[in-house]
Order: sequence, then C-alpha cells, then structure tokens
Amino acid sequence: MSDLVVPIGDVGLLDVQLVGGKGASLGEMVRLGLPVPPAYVVTTTAFRRALLALDPAGARSATLVGLDPDDRAGLEEATAPLREAIGACPLESALQEDVVRHFRSLGTGGSTVPVAVRSSATGEDSLDASFAGLQDTFLWVRDEATLLDHLRACWASLYSVESVSYRLKRGIPEEGAAMAVVVQEMVQARSSGVMFTRSPSTGDRSVVAVESAWGLGSAVVGGEVTPDSFTVSKVTGEVLRRQISEKLRRHVPDGSGDAGVLDEEVPSQLRSVPSVSDEELALLVALAQTVEAHYGVSQDVEWAIADDRPPGENLYLLQSRPETAWSNRSTEPLAAPKARAFDHVIEALGRA
Amino acid sequence: MSERRGPFPLPSEITDVPGAEGWASMYAPFTRFGPQDDAKFWFYNATHFPEPLPAFDGISSEVAYSAIGANTARIFVFPATLGIEHRIVNGRVYLAANPVTDPEEVGRRLEIFQRRAGYYYEHWDRLYGEWKQRMQAAIDELESIDVPELGDVDDEEVVTTARGYASNHLVRERFHRCVDLYSIVWNHHIEFVMLAFGAYVVFSEFLTKAFPEIPEQSIARMVAGIDVIMYRPDEELKRLARLAVSLGVDDLLTDGAEPRTVFEGLALRGEAGATWLAEWERSSVPWFHVSTGDGLYHHHRSWRDDPRVPLAGLSRYVSQVRAGDDLRRPTERLKEEREEVARRYRALLDADEERAAFDQMLGLCRTTFPYIEEHKFYCEHWFTTQFFAKMREFGQLLTRFGVLDEAEDVFQLQHYEIDQQLANVMLAWSAGSSPVGTDEVKAIVADRKAMLAVLATWSPPPALGPEPEALNDPAVKLLWGITAKTIRTWAEAADPSSARIQGFAASPGVVEGVARVLASVNEIDQILSGEILVCPVTSPSWGPVFGKIKAAVSDSGGMMSHAAIVAREYGMPAVVGTGTATRRIKTGDRLRVDGDQGVVVILS
Repeated sequence: MSDLVVPIGDVGLLDVQLVGGKGASLGEMVRLGLPVPPAYVVTTTAFRRALLALDPAGARSATLVGLDPDDRAGLEEATAPLREAIGACPLESALQEDVVRHFRSLGTGGSTVPVAVRSSATGEDSLDASFAGLQDTFLWVRDEATLLDHLRACWASLYSVESVSYRLKRGIPEEGAAMAVVVQEMVQARSSGVMFTRSPSTGDRSVVAVESAWGLGSAVVGGEVTPDSFTVSKVTGEVLRRQISEKLRRHVPDGSGDAGVLDEEVPSQLRSVPSVSDEELALLVALAQTVEAHYGVSQDVEWAIADDRPPGENLYLLQSRPETAWSNRSTEPLAAPKARAFDHVIEALGRA
Repeated sequence: MSERRGPFPLPSEITDVPGAEGWASMYAPFTRFGPQDDAKFWFYNATHFPEPLPAFDGISSEVAYSAIGANTARIFVFPATLGIEHRIVNGRVYLAANPVTDPEEVGRRLEIFQRRAGYYYEHWDRLYGEWKQRMQAAIDELESIDVPELGDVDDEEVVTTARGYASNHLVRERFHRCVDLYSIVWNHHIEFVMLAFGAYVVFSEFLTKAFPEIPEQSIARMVAGIDVIMYRPDEELKRLARLAVSLGVDDLLTDGAEPRTVFEGLALRGEAGATWLAEWERSSVPWFHVSTGDGLYHHHRSWRDDPRVPLAGLSRYVSQVRAGDDLRRPTERLKEEREEVARRYRALLDADEERAAFDQMLGLCRTTFPYIEEHKFYCEHWFTTQFFAKMREFGQLLTRFGVLDEAEDVFQLQHYEIDQQLANVMLAWSAGSSPVGTDEVKAIVADRKAMLAVLATWSPPPALGPEPEALNDPAVKLLWGITAKTIRTWAEAADPSSARIQGFAASPGVVEGVARVLASVNEIDQILSGEILVCPVTSPSWGPVFGKIKAAVSDSGGMMSHAAIVAREYGMPAVVGTGTATRRIKTGDRLRVDGDQGVVVILS
C-alpha cells in the first residue's frame, strides 16, 4: 500500500494531516457505518512530493509570507505563478498508477463510474476555521485524463487568492498548509441538499433544519434554487415547519460527455412537489443526529438521494463539518435554580 | 376624539346594527361605551363570548369580570395590573386592561404580591383540595334550592314551625342565592387560575428562549395530565359504546336517533337494556354535566339535559367498536411519551443550572396544571349548566303566572329585570291578583329575540381603539393569550382582500379539504366524514366530531384550547385563534389548513 493514495475507510479523524479535513471526516463517517459513497484520497504526502519536485527550496511559498490579506491585486500577483506551476506539474508515475488503479476499482465489471474530485485541505472543516467553499470541487468526472487534471487543479486551489488570504487573516502558517484530494463516486442524485443539526436561523439545538431540491446538491449549495426547507424536531420527530418552494432549476449529470453538470429547468409537474418524502426526511434527520452525537458538536451535513438505488439503500452523506456560526457564540445560562420553585413565577409575574 | 388612525375602529365609531337599534336595553347601563373609552385599546372576547349575549347571559360577564380584577388587583395584588374592564356593544363583549405604570407603585404592590402568591404556591395541594370541596358544596347547595311552587295556601308547617313568612318571600331570596352562588363560583374559578397559568407561561417562556423552535404543543405535552377530567365525559361514552355492543343493544344507538326513541327502546330490551340504562345513569352524574358549549351561555345545555349530543357521539363509537377498535386511550404510552419528551429537552439544555431550573419549573407546572385542566368542569360545566337549569325553573314560575309565554323566555331578561318580575309575581300571589304589565314584558322578550338574530350577523372587529405600544397585563396574556403579535395578526387580517387567515399553529400537518362551518355543537350532525371543521370554539362535547374530520379551525383559543389538544391527540392539523375564520370561510369552500404555520388559505 502506498502512502500516496489511501481508501477512505482506512482513515479517520486523527488523519487530518494526511488526508485533509474533508477526507478525515468522510473516513470517520465510514467508520461509523454511515452511508458514504465509495471514495479514496490522494494524500498530502503526494501533494508535498509534487510541490517539493517543483520548488525544492520552498522559495515559492515563502513569497506569500507577510502579504496583506486584503490586497487582492498583490495576492493575485504572488499566487498566480504558483497555481500555474502546480496546474501544469508532471505527476510521478507511481502516483498516476495508484490514482488510476483506485479510480478503476470504484466501478464494477470493468467499467468506471463518474467521480467527484474534491479538495481536502489540512485545517479545513475544523471548528474554528471553516474553509467551506474556498477550494475547488469538480463533479461528474468520467475519464482518467480529466481526473488527473482536476487533481492538479485541486492542489493549485490551495493557492487561490481566497485561500491564501484566509490563512493570512487567521495566522495559519504556510508550512502547515497542504492539500489532499478526495476522489469519490458520484451519486446519481434525484434530490440533494444540506442539513444542520441546529436551526441556522435561531441556533435552536432541538431541531434539524433540512434543505432539499431536485437533482445534484450543487444547485442548493450554489444558491441557484430556492430549496424546500423543513424544520424537524429531534425530540418528537415532528416536522415543525415545511416550506415547499417553487424549484425552477436543477443540476443533473451531463450524460453525453465531459461537460460534467448540466443546469436545466425542472419539469413543471415537479416544481412545487416536495423533493423529499417524509420517510426520507426522517431517515436523513436520524443520520444527522448520529453524526452530531459522534462528534459532540453541531454539524452541517451534505446529503443526496440516489435515483438508481432502491429505498433503504439510496441515502448518502457526502460530507459533514462542524457548524461554526452558532457554536462559537458563548451564552449565559438562561435560568438558574431558585430557593423555591415558585420564585420563578413570582419574579416573572412581578415584572412591570 | 383621538386623531390617531390605527387599523381598528374607535368604540364611538361602532354603529348599531340595523334592525337591532335597541340592543342596549338588553344590558346593564354600566356595560356601555362612553366617550372616554375611545382612548383605550379594547379587544373582542371571542374566546368566551363568541355569540351575541342574550340579556340574562350578561350575568356571565358581570360576575366573571367582577371576580377577575378583584382577584388579581385586590386579593393577590399583582404588581402591574389594576383589573379588566368590560363593555358590551351590539351584543358583543369587549375588554380593556388597566395597567399600573408608576414604578414606585409597582414596587409597593410587588412586596404584597410575593407574600400572597407565595402562600398559595406553598400550600397548593392542600388549598386545591379544599377548593374542590368548596366547589362541590356550591354545586350541592345550588342543586338543593327549590323554586317555591306558590300554591293555593302555604304548608301547615309554616304555622307549626312558626316560620312567620310566606313562600313568596322565598322566591326572591332563593333567586338571589342562585345569583350569589354564581358569583361565588366565578370567584373560585379565578382563585387559582392566574397563578396556575403563570407557572405554565414562565416554563414556556424559558423553553422558548432555550429552544426558539419548540412547538407550544411539546411544552403542553410535558406538562399535561393524562387522566384529566376533561377527557372523562368522552371516555364514558366510549365505555357505554363498548357495553352496548357486548350487551347486544347497540342496534338502538343509530345515527340521528331521537333520545326518546333510544331510551324507550332500551327499556323494552329486558335485562340487557336495563343494565345499559343503569350504566348510562352512573356515567351521567357527574360526567354528563358537561356543557355542550363553553358554559357561559344559557343555551349551552349539559349532555344530561340534552342527550342528542352524547347520543350522536355514541353512535359513532358503536360503529368503531363493531369494527374492532376498543377505543381505549393508550394512557401508559402517553405517560411514557410525556416523560420522554421532557427528558430529551432537558438533555439538550446547555448547563447544569439550566437543568436544575427546568426541573423546578416543570415540577411546579405539574403541581398547578391539574387546576387548569379541571376547574372548567366544576365551574363552566357542572355548576353553570345547573345554574341555567335552575333559572329555567324560575322561568316556569313566571310562565305559570302569565308573565312569560314560556320558561325559556326568562333568558331574554336581565337578572335585574327578573328580580322585578319575581316581585311582580310575589305581589300578585299576595294580593290574589294577576301580575301587572305582562304584555309589556312579552313585547320586550319578542323584540330581544328578534334583535339577537340580527346581531348574530354582525362581524365584530377583533379590536377597537388605538393600537397599544405594549400590552403588559398578566390577565390578558395568561387568560386570552393576547400579545403584541396577536394584535399585529388582527391588524393584518383586517384586510378583507386577503384569502389567508392567520391563527396559531396548534397541531402540525398540512391538509386540503372542504370546509364545514358550524356555529355551535348542536349542528355537529351536519358534518361529513373528511371535512374540515371551522367553528367558533370547541369544548369536550365536540370530542366525537374529531374522529370524523381531517382538520380543525377555530376562531378562538390558543395552544391549550380544547381543539388544539384533541387535534394533537388525533394527529390532525389544527389552526386556532384565527379571530375571523367562521366569518370569512363558507361551508363548501376549499381550504388548505397548515398546522405547521398556523395559516388557513381559502383556495376556492
């Protein structure tokens, strides 16, 4: 087994330095027995070796130290050559062989399956520094050459203006920054979305908020569709709020070739129909709670429902990361015990 | 007059309903709006008085509002309230709160309030036990009151015991005693109600801060009793349905059968029929003293007085029993669920001190909540239906003496006017003559009946006067659930072009269906399976209808209203407290009832 590419099931939360935040989190979910699509990770070792081959003295990344995180033009000037070099760098043959072998092993009966190529940086998806959306993801990749191109593009995205600016602002040292890449079987998604194990609008931890739309999750994450939205009680399982929206667009895999994802109109008869059933909703919420219970902090989970699999086997979790917006707020206790229970009432009724 | 234009009309802008211009004669002068009232915010008490008040029924508002403010402001000395005022216009009751605003005065009152409220909380179980005895004593006394016959000559006993006064004296004395008992019972009704609701609201507010998305029904579920009196009348019907099937007399309990036919039929069924009738009688006292309404109107008869309502329920339960349903509530499971809901919310709290406060508040609620659930049975149902029945007996006396055409007409007179007419009878009996001026009384009765019919067509605005900046009265909040949000909802609903009716999300789920608008429980036989019930308010008598409908919508009520509780138990959507549903929805309209959002949409 090489240390350049590892199957997702072999890694867990402690392997962030090797497989990045996303890879570690997905590995952990597989270990928990959660339904995660088959995947492997091109490790940070592979990234570091490629970088070392390009820039043995580390001179290039040294040019980023001390830049002004708000000076976009300056950052662009400093990072563009790095990205260009990484995007065009030769891949060592051992790595190429490993990547291709794993890619082929995802399919069955000799045919390959479409994959998502997702960047997984170290330091990403941690509670205090959410890199959400700062690095690249490529969907619906079907052939080896494209896969290898996207692998390099993911590496290069570690040096996007946004990523570098983010590290500078947060004081994350460049030497510690590395990029792993997750290659994961695409889900032929009928519906997808995100869910939060607390209310994103009120921070309430007694509910799971689920957003859902037709097709691939990219339309939801990208905000191109107003998703259906559900608030489900963790305590009773009841759907407390249900907003079925008019879903005009959806992303679907482009079956014809290399274009990846197609943006299309939702057929009119589906637009105002709920994109998940109540049964599916209940299963999703249960999965979200399993993830949250495991990590002990609120989670933000991406999910999809495959339309080429039977009910019971068609739910997938694509990623989970700690929720950051509410978890970082410190709160005073809302109440404290009083000498006598009725003092609570006397105090409240006594207020003018 | 105020220059300010809010969404609501001023009291002085309300005009008499054409055809009922004389409505004011039905109510005591102290209930009328005056010019000074334009400066205050008034809300329509649709919760308790959803129909125009007959002249006699004005007593329900008189004794209740005499008791509420007295309890809060004079007995317990709630710091921020001086009481609740009421007015009647076009037959409808409007309320305003009188707040205490001076902080120094609030502080002075707070010191007294803490001591007095503390005493009740501290001794709650004992005091509540004694309360039940006092209520029972009032009911017993009322039931024991005989309306004098006023026969040819008084009993011999009047002489042998040297009583010294004739029976006509007792007519008015006993009438007064009935009225006084009604007042006492209303004072007792209020006695615990604010403190009990207060405990609930404090718990609810704490949970809503900790869990902003928590549905009110989950809070209610943690607190609610399982074996509460409110379910009992309906449980008795289920028991009688099972019994009828096992005794083989269920064929007599058919839909729409006249009570007389049913009871006569059963009497002819030998031992089985006799057994069932004996069990009916056993259930009937006290459980069928339940009112067919909320108990504040004279025409809210008890099941015992008017068995059509329980019989309609029975026929439905009988067919369910035949179909193999034993109709038993899974009380053990409900109890476990209640504990599980509480356990889970408690576990979701952040800090140990919050959990300790949660335990205190929940514990207090469970101590005080039985009062909330039970007091209505004693007061609004049992006592009140018996009180109106007693008034009918006085009506019979007036009818026998030719003052009225029929006993029921007594309810077209104010209790002050009945007092006069009883004097009229006392004098006539004493003088060996006939009561004087009876034609005039009969004309008044006829006139008022006609006016009530006209007033029923009036749509009372939910509120009058300037929109308040803050609504801070504990009684208004606790008893009517009215907050600044409610008032905003009313203001929005005041727009007649909207097909959207906002209420409170009382029971989750969304369904579409056909509306059936019912004005009272006496119409429940009209409802067809699968329709959506739209009604002013429900009470335990409506219980049987919930097995038939697919959603419930009411004009009044909050999360703890009967419709809300029963809809949750049946797992059907309900929107309550809409204010306007029965006026804006017509039978046959297609509706979407969204119990998650508390919205009813008229689709077509």
